[in-house]
Amino acid sequence: MIPDLGIYAVEVTSAYVLSISLLITILVLSLLRARKIRAQLLKVEASRLLNNV
Amino acid sequence: MSIWEYANPKKFITITTPLVPWILGLAIACLVVGLVWGFFLTPDDFRQGSTVKIIYLHVPAALMAINAWFMMLLASLIWLVRRHHVSALVARAAAPVGIVMTLITLITGAIWGQPMWGTWWAWDPRLTSFLILFLFYLGYIALWEAIEDPDTAADLTSVLCIVGSVFAVLSRYAVNFWNQGLHQGTSVPVVTGGRTISDVFFVPLVICMMGFGLLFFVLVLIRTQTEIRVRRMRAIQLRMRS
Repeated sequence: MIPDLGIYAVEVTSAYVLSISLLITILVLSLLRARKIRAQLLKVEASRLLNNV
Repeated sequence: MSIWEYANPKKFITITTPLVPWILGLAIACLVVGLVWGFFLTPDDFRQGSTVKIIYLHVPAALMAINAWFMMLLASLIWLVRRHHVSALVARAAAPVGIVMTLITLITGAIWGQPMWGTWWAWDPRLTSFLILFLFYLGYIALWEAIEDPDTAADLTSVLCIVGSVFAVLSRYAVNFWNQGLHQGTSVPVVTGGRTISDVFFVPLVICMMGFGLLFFVLVLIRTQTEIRVRRMRAIQLRMRS
């Protein structure tokens, strides 16, 4: 199943590994930050309601 | 219904939230299909050998790196003209995604260039304009972080975005302006339609382009929603303090 990349195996594989890692990193960081901020906003809105601001 | 009604932050979140999982799923599906097809099922090029498989990362990333900047330009112009906060936040949200696309383009270009050109880097018009575009992305993100007042930050980053657009245009058309340089012309000219790439490589490339485009789009939606929430949170905290 693994294709024969010949003498360029290192170049092609490293290009894929680096690029896919970067894409996964930006996706995971974006989702984690979104979740964190959503939770923080809920907390802030709850305390606003409690304080009746 | 006017398009400007979508500039309402609450409406933006209400409309985009149910779309996010679908677009994200479609983006991942396109990327998996396109990259697996390109990596495992396409033949080697008769001249470039297996390095041709880098095209499935390099070209879509370059396409999105430039288009992300153009999208930021459009959003910045809307901010400057109509003062819609969502448009400024869309531009801010797109920048980190754009810089990742630019970085992928530069890295894969260097890795591809070494065996084909015999060098990782050359001060070729397209390569150089892409490096400058990368620096503009860095400057744009730094400027947003450096200025506390969000409206002032949006104004100044919009101006920077307009200036940087020169290099976004150059990144795309540098190979047409100057003949010197190592980088080849485009293999998929959109305007003339006369592509110089075989269907064997073209079909998975198009799927990868769609995947990168959809991933960019959904990341901008997610990050814009987050920026809207951050701004709302700060507004509430300010109101509570006063």
